[in-house]
Amino acid sequence: MGNPMGPHSAALQRIVTRMRDTEAAGRYVLVTRIPYQEWGLAQLSGQRGVDVTLLEDQVFTSLEDAERAVFKMRWELITGTPLVLD
Amino acid sequence: MLEKKIAGYSDEISVAPGERIRFMVSCEPGVDRYQADIVRLISGDRQPSGPGYRDELLQTSVSGEYPGRSQETYCGSYAVVPDGPAFDALSDLSLQAAIFPTLPALRRACIISKMDIEAGCGFALWTDPADGLVLQLGDGDGGLREFTLGQALVAREWYLVSATYDSSSGEVHLRQQLLDSYARDTSSGEVKHDSKGTAVVRCNAPLLIAAASREEARGKPVGEMIFNGRIERPVVASRVLERSEIESLRSDAVPRGLRTDICAAWDFSRAMDTDDIIDISPNRAHGRLINLPIRAVRGSNWTGDELDFNHAPDQYAAIHFLDDSLYDCEWDADFELEVPADTPSGLYAARLTAGDQEDHISFVVRPPRDRATASLALLIPTASYMAYGNSRGGIEFGNELLANHLAVIGPEERYLNRHPEYGNSMYDNHNDGTGVCYSSRLRPLINIRPTHHWLWQLSADMHIVEWLEAQRIPFDVITDEDMHQDGVSLLERYSCVMTCSHPEYYSTNMWDAVHAFTQRGGRLMYMGGNGFYWRVAYRDDKPGAMEMRRTEDGSRSWASEPGEYFMAFTGEYGGLWWRAGRTPQSLVGNGFIAQGFDHSSYFRRTADSHDPRAAFIFEGIDDEIIGDFGLIGGGAAGLELDSASRAYGTPPHALTVATSEQHTDCYIRVNEDIGHMLLSIGGQDDPQVHADVVFFETPRGGAVFSTGSIGWSSALFHNDHNNNVSRMTRNVLDRFLDPTPFA
Ligand SMILES: [Fe+2]
Repeated sequence: MGNPMGPHSAALQRIVTRMRDTEAAGRYVLVTRIPYQEWGLAQLSGQRGVDVTLLEDQVFTSLEDAERAVFKMRWELITGTPLVLD
Repeated sequence: MLEKKIAGYSDEISVAPGERIRFMVSCEPGVDRYQADIVRLISGDRQPSGPGYRDELLQTSVSGEYPGRSQETYCGSYAVVPDGPAFDALSDLSLQAAIFPTLPALRRACIISKMDIEAGCGFALWTDPADGLVLQLGDGDGGLREFTLGQALVAREWYLVSATYDSSSGEVHLRQQLLDSYARDTSSGEVKHDSKGTAVVRCNAPLLIAAASREEARGKPVGEMIFNGRIERPVVASRVLERSEIESLRSDAVPRGLRTDICAAWDFSRAMDTDDIIDISPNRAHGRLINLPIRAVRGSNWTGDELDFNHAPDQYAAIHFLDDSLYDCEWDADFELEVPADTPSGLYAARLTAGDQEDHISFVVRPPRDRATASLALLIPTASYMAYGNSRGGIEFGNELLANHLAVIGPEERYLNRHPEYGNSMYDNHNDGTGVCYSSRLRPLINIRPTHHWLWQLSADMHIVEWLEAQRIPFDVITDEDMHQDGVSLLERYSCVMTCSHPEYYSTNMWDAVHAFTQRGGRLMYMGGNGFYWRVAYRDDKPGAMEMRRTEDGSRSWASEPGEYFMAFTGEYGGLWWRAGRTPQSLVGNGFIAQGFDHSSYFRRTADSHDPRAAFIFEGIDDEIIGDFGLIGGGAAGLELDSASRAYGTPPHALTVATSEQHTDCYIRVNEDIGHMLLSIGGQDDPQVHADVVFFETPRGGAVFSTGSIGWSSALFHNDHNNNVSRMTRNVLDRFLDPTPFA
């Protein structure tokens, strides 16, 4: 989690790739709130002409923080348990 | 959160002093007025580490406030045949066509209509999601009678459909026959209805193919209920045709015995390089296509023996209609510029501002048409801008696996997604899944903006403009379209021609011009990656439109159907230039080998770089490592990479003066260079995944310098332009502007 933008080890990249390879509908994306400063988390509609769904409580001031947060959410989604790091 | 609400386009992309250019603008509610100015673009990248946005105001009569208004765009393709005597004597009626519906379950869609819905006159043939074929006849009194077949059509299958009406018996006969043969088929069938007193009521509305219409706009019927898919050989006849006669009309001539009874029989295999549809009946009721449906596509009788439509046009008598294709928004102009006579050549824009809203409609002022005004020309890749224009991948897919990080969606992407009617890029698919093979610049191209946060094409090319401005080197600006029209004579006025960062799409005229320039003593600086890759076509009678087929090979977001590799605009074989015997390596020394979009890397000098022929390139540079910095991905070797290859045609005497290394596994070798699948195709394992900086001399004292990487120009700005990428680029440019011939 110290280097969320990579490059990652081969093993970690394998996990990250699996996480990124989702259906377009519902895929997490960052929506610009303030250009180059602040981003909100959102999910794609997967349908042309239908806007993203904003997750208003998830706002980031760095792209690294956003990657960490989404990694944790996806980890829990895939494994069923929260990510606990010591 | 900022919402984008204003956008526009211009009718021209390159104008000379004294010429006129018109600007069309549309505003969403909330923008009642906007300020417009003409500015010269200096730099665009607004990221905190970048040079920021800068422009210079050009004093013109344009500057001022304008009322904001919303302008309607009518997308979707169909054909219009004017009303005429061909359709006068209808009391009995037959309608038929072969159809290949691609979205039959979406909604009711029109195959043929000649109908005034208000007055309740005329006829229309539809496909219905549940009922399949539907015939509507107006009752002449504001009402419509409707007759349905009652069986749904299967998507992506050819059917012969027909509807006949017998005025003496009142019988309506509907047929839909699957042309392929399956062990089980519940979609074919026929049904007879007693119409009980209906008649075919004369209607003076135009006839439409693939659409119906209730209103006119801009002098044309507005197409609605557009049919997605292929229609072949539609026929209107003035008597009840027998089944055998319906079959006989599937050929490329009207049988002699039927000529008196055929009102119109359109053969779409004729005049495929135009918007005309040709009626081969004696009535000659020709029509026009709206919004670029796809021509030169396989028909129902395609055998697979002939892959080139030029050789067997009768097997390509279908047109693929689409409810989201678009040629020209046809908005009303908001303002017009007559380029002042003394305007220096450059990259300009109409800058629109309204509170926190802005848009830049960029265009080029080329030098006067008869001369150059500098020794250097910057060649703006407008063909590639058109190919990428309105790319929807960001907001539709997130492109997360390509980039190996979360996608960032700006107000621009959300605006584009609110406007599907602005059409797609050549990287997208139409609503029915068909790859987009036509583009147009006569519509707002939302990502082709100097300040777009996705640094790609124009926004990335602003790094080159910014550097040239900072170097105080005079330069003219010309475009792909200028070069396509004027040929090498345009380039020959310059000592040196510099490309932008990603000149990927080339017409034959453009390729010939660049090649001839290098062969006649010209100096070419290819400042990017993945250039000279796809072949495209323009049509002289269709300004602002472009065609491309993604054929047998290449790194691509969709693939053309087999047998559809030849371009309707010109008849030329489409796809990779490599497949037409013209490799990028033979033109510029290197060619596309790998791409990735996470971290960019750096170059290392090679033994070749110490060759005396290359000494001028490295003057004042002691570093072994070149470009371990940059505004895109942090390095000069990034995004799309080109490498030298003797096998692909790099000139034998070319020098590879620097080679990139240490690319991440996000960088993967292009699929057209992969034979068998191997484990080692990523940057960490595959030594092929690298960029080469190449230099070679050309005949009559010319030379080519190719940077091998889209990321190169993103490194120019680093450390206030004091860096080895900037120095190398400057060294080459100075030498290339020096008339002393190369050996
Ligand atoms: Fe590209």
